Amino acid sequence: MKAAIVIFPGSNRDRDMAVAIRQSFGNYPIIIWHKETEIPKVDLIVIPGGFSYGDHLRSGAISALSPVMRTVEMQARKGVPVLGVCNGFQILTETGILPGILMRNIELKFVCKTIRLKVENSSGIFTAGYTSGQILSLPVAHNDGSYFADNDTLNRLEDRDQVAFRYIRTEGVLFGNPNGSMRDIAGIYNDNKTVLGLMPHPENAIYPFNGKADGQIFFDNLVSSL
Amino acid sequence: MIVDTVITEDVVSRHGLTQEEYKVIINILGRKPNLNELGIFSVMWSEHCSYKSSKRWLKTLETKASHVIQGPGENAGVIDIGGGIAVVFKIESHNHPSFIDPYQGAATGVGGILRDIFTMGARPIANLNALRFGDPQHSKTRHLLSGVVAGIGGYSNCVGVPTVAGEVNFHPSYNDNILVNTMTVGITTTDRIFYSAAAGPGNPVVYVGAKTGRDGIHGATMASKEFDKNSEDSRPTVQVGDPFTEKLLLEACLELMERECIIAIQDMGAAGLTSASLEMADKGSVGIELDLDRVPVRELRMSTYEIMLSESQERMLMIMRWESVDKAQEIFKKWELDFAIIGSVTETGRLVLKKDGTVQCDIPIRRLVGEAPEYNRPYLPILSPSVIAAADVPAPQFSLGEVLVKLISCPDTASRRWIWEQYDHLVMGCTMIKPGEADSGVIRINDTQRCLAVTVDSTPRYCLADPKIGSAQAVVETWRNIIAVGATPLGVTNNLNFGNPQNPTIMGQMVGCIKGMGEACKALDYPIVSGNVSLYNETNGNAILPTPVVGGVGVIDNCSKIVTSALRNVGDTLLALGQPANRKDGWLGSSLYLREIEGREEGAPPPIDFVAEKQAGNLVRNLIAENTISACHDVSDGGLLVSIAEMALVLKVFGVDIVTPEDILVHAWGFGEDQGRYIVATSSPMKVIEAALSASVPAAVVGVVNKSGMLTLNGEIIITVKELSYQYEKWLPGYMSYKN
Amino acid sequence: MRVTVYIKIKPEVLDPQGTAIARALSDLGFAGINKVRQGKIIEIDLDKTNAIKAVSDTESMCERLLANTIIEDYSISIGE
Repeated sequence: MKAAIVIFPGSNRDRDMAVAIRQSFGNYPIIIWHKETEIPKVDLIVIPGGFSYGDHLRSGAISALSPVMRTVEMQARKGVPVLGVCNGFQILTETGILPGILMRNIELKFVCKTIRLKVENSSGIFTAGYTSGQILSLPVAHNDGSYFADNDTLNRLEDRDQVAFRYIRTEGVLFGNPNGSMRDIAGIYNDNKTVLGLMPHPENAIYPFNGKADGQIFFDNLVSSL
Repeated sequence: MIVDTVITEDVVSRHGLTQEEYKVIINILGRKPNLNELGIFSVMWSEHCSYKSSKRWLKTLETKASHVIQGPGENAGVIDIGGGIAVVFKIESHNHPSFIDPYQGAATGVGGILRDIFTMGARPIANLNALRFGDPQHSKTRHLLSGVVAGIGGYSNCVGVPTVAGEVNFHPSYNDNILVNTMTVGITTTDRIFYSAAAGPGNPVVYVGAKTGRDGIHGATMASKEFDKNSEDSRPTVQVGDPFTEKLLLEACLELMERECIIAIQDMGAAGLTSASLEMADKGSVGIELDLDRVPVRELRMSTYEIMLSESQERMLMIMRWESVDKAQEIFKKWELDFAIIGSVTETGRLVLKKDGTVQCDIPIRRLVGEAPEYNRPYLPILSPSVIAAADVPAPQFSLGEVLVKLISCPDTASRRWIWEQYDHLVMGCTMIKPGEADSGVIRINDTQRCLAVTVDSTPRYCLADPKIGSAQAVVETWRNIIAVGATPLGVTNNLNFGNPQNPTIMGQMVGCIKGMGEACKALDYPIVSGNVSLYNETNGNAILPTPVVGGVGVIDNCSKIVTSALRNVGDTLLALGQPANRKDGWLGSSLYLREIEGREEGAPPPIDFVAEKQAGNLVRNLIAENTISACHDVSDGGLLVSIAEMALVLKVFGVDIVTPEDILVHAWGFGEDQGRYIVATSSPMKVIEAALSASVPAAVVGVVNKSGMLTLNGEIIITVKELSYQYEKWLPGYMSYKN
Repeated sequence: MRVTVYIKIKPEVLDPQGTAIARALSDLGFAGINKVRQGKIIEIDLDKTNAIKAVSDTESMCERLLANTIIEDYSISIGE
């Protein structure tokens, strides 16, 4: 089991991701600089969180033009699993590998907190270890996490079971949709459910101390489903 | 040409120099300075860079211990935590710039302190901040608070360093002089620490990072001047930060440091290229010659004066070997940063600046540094006000529940969630204790079982009443904060914020605070390894409260042995350690209770007994290491009842049945702020009591955790945790959305 | 040749920044603010003299990078 992490100038959750992957996979992922055009054969390509290119213009827009993203696109088309978290999700939408776009949070503030998520379907490789409807606690930390797509796209995503995770709306300070995402979308799959983009950070919930480690379970699940 | 500007008395005084100081400059140069030279002396001799009012007192501080690798005097302090790991940390102020432009001022404050840490070879792993704003009702407070928080978050979040702890106070004395003190903690290995002393005549001086523009010219002088009503017009001197470039600079520098390329490195902070080159040359007892035509600039026709005094952000100066230059250049090219050889180290001991083929500055460095003014300013010792006896404070007009709500939801204690949710406190994946969970933030050191506990604290109302006790209290409170999570306190960084030192009362505050801090650090074996002084924090003669901020760092060897403040187990007994079981009242002088309930800011603050502090601290640390206690919180603002309530408010699930001795003065027992106390939760109260007895630490059972979610006192309901939580969480978001 | 690109959020897309600006303006006492939409301006100094070519190049820039047409509209103007 081998993973590769693609990094851009300004990526900043690459180490977090590498540590989380090592904890579950038993080995350290390969690090790929964004200027590279080849990615060795791996079981998983990860685009980590951060502020690539300082979020200038639009989050992920400039990174989407990096040479490595053409390779990621090609590998994704061949069915290599690709995971984009936070800024990685933004980059995947800006390249068009995933539909829609992540807009500025509705409250116009960066938000870092633990939220509750519902697993919408367990048919894709990244959610196969869960049961549909299962509830997880994971942190979010972003400025631009408000998922937007037109109604046709949203309907299509739902019809084809491409919504992987949703925020759970409940009353109170701790829970709810933290960014104003349409239809509470927190993570989506591509058509054949091999590419997942999500805003929450499983890689920041991997130590059981002081709360559940639902992020560790996310990566442990990958070991059996990939 | 600018060099030809005639240096009149007016020009000298506009540079913040006195006529006496000007005479010394003439003596050092053996001639009159040109404008470039005057500008350079002016920033180097400003209060901000020269510490001329505080130096003689700072020298008295305790800065040494066997685990101190580097004390004050470098970019940051360094301590050895064992296992080959060194912790590098420092706190710094960006007060004046943050008042003028809160977003950029706070953001560049974070940028500057981050560079101080990675300049020394350490990767920053935690940010903290200590913020002071004016009266919430003051028209500017909301705008300043939201701008500062957004600026700190905007910069730290983007660079990817978690902001894990901090404190915020409100007081009218900060209406026109907010305080923004930011602290960064980094780690490296003990064999890879980088210093700033230049060496090796002939070696190239290398400039890396962002280009130089006209931003922030004379920021260091600005930070050393009192505000007046024209200050807000001085906006152009506020620097603009670019955290993206900082992130690249951080990665490039750390990558370069893995090779054997760098001889010396210094960030260009206050006074930019001037202070960087002078400090590097002075520390290495060498000279430096720069060719300013080679400095990467962002704007056209920049003069020597402007290039030397610019405070453009995200820049570094390095001395390296010629044979390393190609390799270094390659790394900086990869990270898309400027890299330029702008001069060389010389044997002359002089700073020589050339531009357009002519020498535009020639200063003997050792004399500029060595003959910098140092003042023994007159001061009035501040006498401690009289002690207010608990019996002389009337019982409150309100119910106990109402008092508790007032104290838990007042601006100085209400939940800071609105703030820390805007800070990425999780990036890097090592945050073990988040804001709002305990007295310190705790971060794990990757690939080890070890953690660092970090905290900042100051209680300015105590310092105003009695500077010596107040600043000692700030030190011991950070010490307790670190102990309360299970860590061993190792070292301190300080940020001394005061008004105008030419006022003997202000000077008296500073002297008292430094004395108290020194005594506390000495008594606790808790050395000060770095720090910053910010003076002239006053507007039209109205000074801030004396605010000596203390940042503390401690270490935990086993990350499974950490506790938070959260009450987790129904049936656990709460004990107050350091609290005599038969105590029936408490210390109300200068307390939060006296201010918020009685509207009185007076009385001597609670005294500190260092021996008792050490005994209680060691006891608590042992109890945590032995897994005897499940939660711990130190007792500070608001006393026992506020501390117990805060423990219930972490998880907002369980309540506490509080018990007291008979015939107590409830408000004094409950809200008195006697020092040296912790509340611990345990399932083995007898074990704790026995341990306390043998450690000579008084202990009192103060309650039992219940599942009803009520706070009760001797059987009577005070309030539900749910209601208290609502009040605690409501104030700040409500305030920021104009609802209160 | 100076080309200016104006980018704004499409009318049907929620614009929280515009809404916040509108609210702040009302708070400042400016009456009659119906709606605020915000966006960005990008000025490009082009090494070209042919206006038609400049516009078509700039359109291509907008499609490929400057705007995300899922949520943004753009317009281009040419001049000093």
